[in-house]
Amino acid sequence: MIEIKNLHANVNGREILKGIDLTVKAGEVHAIMGPNGSGKSTLAQVLAGHPAYQVTQGSVLLDGKDLLDMEPEERSHAGLFLAFQYPVEIPGVSNSYFLKAGLNEIRKARGEEELDSMQFLKLLKEKMKLVEMEASFANRPVNEGFSGGEKKRNEILQMAVLEPKLAILDETDSGLDIDALKIVAEGVNKLRSPKNAAIVVTHYQRLLNYIVPDFVHVLVNGRIVKSGGKELALELEANGYDTIKEELQQTA
Amino acid sequence: MAESIEELVSREYKYGFTTDIETDTIPPGLNEEVVRTISRKKNEPEWLTEWRLKAYRSWLTMTEPHWPNLTYTPVDYQSISYYSAPKQAKTLESLDEVDPKLLETYEKLGISLTEQKRLSGIAVDAVFDSVSVATTFKETLKEKGIIFCSFSEAVREHPELVRQYLGSVVPPTDNFFAALNSAVFSDGSFCYIPKGVRCPMELSTYFRINASNTGQFERTLIVADEGSYVSYLEGCTAPMRDENQLHAAVVELVALEKAEIKYSTVQNWYAGDKEGKGGIFNFVTKRGKCAGAFSKISWTQVETGSAITWKYPSVILQGDDSIGEFYSVAVVNNRQDADTGTKMIHLGRNTRSTIVSKGISAGRGNNTYRGLVNIGRNAHNARNYTQCDSMLIGNRCSANTFPYIEVKNSTSSVEHEASTSKIGEDQIFYCKQRGINTENAISMIINGFAKEVFRNLPMEFAVEAQKLLGISLEGSVG
Ligand SMILES: Nc1ncnc2c1ncn2[C@@H]1O[C@H](COP(=O)(O)OP(=O)(O)O)[C@@H](O)[C@H]1O
Ligand SMILES: [Mg+2]
Repeated sequence: MIEIKNLHANVNGREILKGIDLTVKAGEVHAIMGPNGSGKSTLAQVLAGHPAYQVTQGSVLLDGKDLLDMEPEERSHAGLFLAFQYPVEIPGVSNSYFLKAGLNEIRKARGEEELDSMQFLKLLKEKMKLVEMEASFANRPVNEGFSGGEKKRNEILQMAVLEPKLAILDETDSGLDIDALKIVAEGVNKLRSPKNAAIVVTHYQRLLNYIVPDFVHVLVNGRIVKSGGKELALELEANGYDTIKEELQQTA
Repeated sequence: MAESIEELVSREYKYGFTTDIETDTIPPGLNEEVVRTISRKKNEPEWLTEWRLKAYRSWLTMTEPHWPNLTYTPVDYQSISYYSAPKQAKTLESLDEVDPKLLETYEKLGISLTEQKRLSGIAVDAVFDSVSVATTFKETLKEKGIIFCSFSEAVREHPELVRQYLGSVVPPTDNFFAALNSAVFSDGSFCYIPKGVRCPMELSTYFRINASNTGQFERTLIVADEGSYVSYLEGCTAPMRDENQLHAAVVELVALEKAEIKYSTVQNWYAGDKEGKGGIFNFVTKRGKCAGAFSKISWTQVETGSAITWKYPSVILQGDDSIGEFYSVAVVNNRQDADTGTKMIHLGRNTRSTIVSKGISAGRGNNTYRGLVNIGRNAHNARNYTQCDSMLIGNRCSANTFPYIEVKNSTSSVEHEASTSKIGEDQIFYCKQRGINTENAISMIINGFAKEVFRNLPMEFAVEAQKLLGISLEGSVG
């Protein structure tokens, strides 16, 4: 699905990603954990193609195609979805209008019929039920005046509608209470299939109780310093990142 | 957006064609004889000729205003031709007699003057250069006693109404451009809605400048008698020409007791090319008078065209409990300059006004909001709410806001809110991540920004206006 090799990236001339190697196969869920400021969001943004980040070295292939050569919207059309850590507000543009425009662009790119308003609203209703979102949110401006939790849920709604091949969730769990967390996890789990994959960025082990990952990676200071199975997350929870950092210092 | 990306990007100013038609054009230059000639060509009564001459004489004593925040090459008033009309045989009895070339021109502009072809209930008065060429649905309107015709016809058929109201809101001496217009105005639309009548369809005037080196000086007068209602639309386009063309119109609205006038404009004059060559100079005086109690006038405008815009649709709130509204979206791109806003003059008690201005600047455009809220001594309990939002696209454009407030009555309240935002990289990126390309993302963000104004436009116009915004901003983000 996605193959990241020796990825280096800068922001404002400062190197944040210092050689990331990561391969995610179809059907897998990978968790990326790590302390604040270690570069988790940077990795997510670089994969989605945010213009503020410059890739200086390395390669990324999505289904064998050069991801780094694509415009952000082309990446989206190719099936990459990013649930933002900080979703953006678009005043005056309704949630449903926005999402319909996106979905139809993606469908067009895939050679599928565009959905008309009726078809889309039907789909939207179903998906809103799935993430337990009140119908009124469809007509509200994108993320404007949404609480932190509502914004996150809205990201999951968008994911559910767009049905990406590869979903990257950037701290979608932060700021969520336990009920909301379960809903988000359920949304992700429903999408899980042998054809799809997900990269779940999180700070806490908590989410991984509900979205059980196949692999866990620890990102520290722009590098993946440790990888393992789902038990690694529990280990981190018990010992914190300090133990890992110490281990690293000893081996260095 | 409904529009495909390709369409949006590849679209140039599509109204830029010219019509090859024989015209009756008087030589450039302006003097008393020219004023008389215009009046004579139109077979006007003597009082009107004198009215024009008086305006001309006061114009001579006035100087062009330079206070708007605009820069432009000075207009040479002697090099403009003040009258140009398509040659046609006599007065027209019906649409069938209109030169097919003209009908074709309007078809091309998306305006069908053939009534049976028009699906929607909009009556159109089409003004080509200086004269009104056709007015549709006249008979239907006549049944209700509504007068909707060209200004020239109104002068002929309803001189008492014209004489009573002409210049009653914008006196000929009001300002430089209004004086010029009063002296040389050629045609325009006239509309009278009788007492208690709700006009059953939208009335619309479509202005088209075709001839080169001519100015367009049309005059619109709308009178809504007691308890009546009318919604009026104005659209405009011009061919692409390298030289600048002058458009100095005057619009007067009169709302008597409990009457309501809703006036909407989508202005899409040619704006000049990327380097600022050519384009229309749009110097327009638009003013409404809420003459009676409980009357209401709202202006809604979407300004996307013109090289230079200088325009302040205003409302004089004379009647007690009258309401004035101004909703505006002004877009400037490339080298366009716009200085626009409104004046709300509160004279009566309990008068209320609302101003919502959305300025969008891109390229090297320069967008200025200039507004005046004046609360007179007797305007007890008057209320104004003003909201001015500016949005910048890129780093080379600018936005200015000059809200002037004069309050002479302490029981009134004036509220002003203003904001400036930049279309953020993050907003565009967010849209792109969801599959929407840059052009469509900008169009969407802009339309969201201007939504409050679009909401006030008649449906058909709103769709048109939204498309226009996308086109005007085409290529504004690198
Ligand atoms: N757009 C940006 N501009 C400047 N610095 C940035 C930007 N994005 C990230 N950084 C910096 O990069 C480092 C990694 O940030 P981030 O990827 O957000 O970490 P994490 O998501 O792991 O908490 C931090 O030091 C942060 O300040
Ligand atoms: Mg982060």
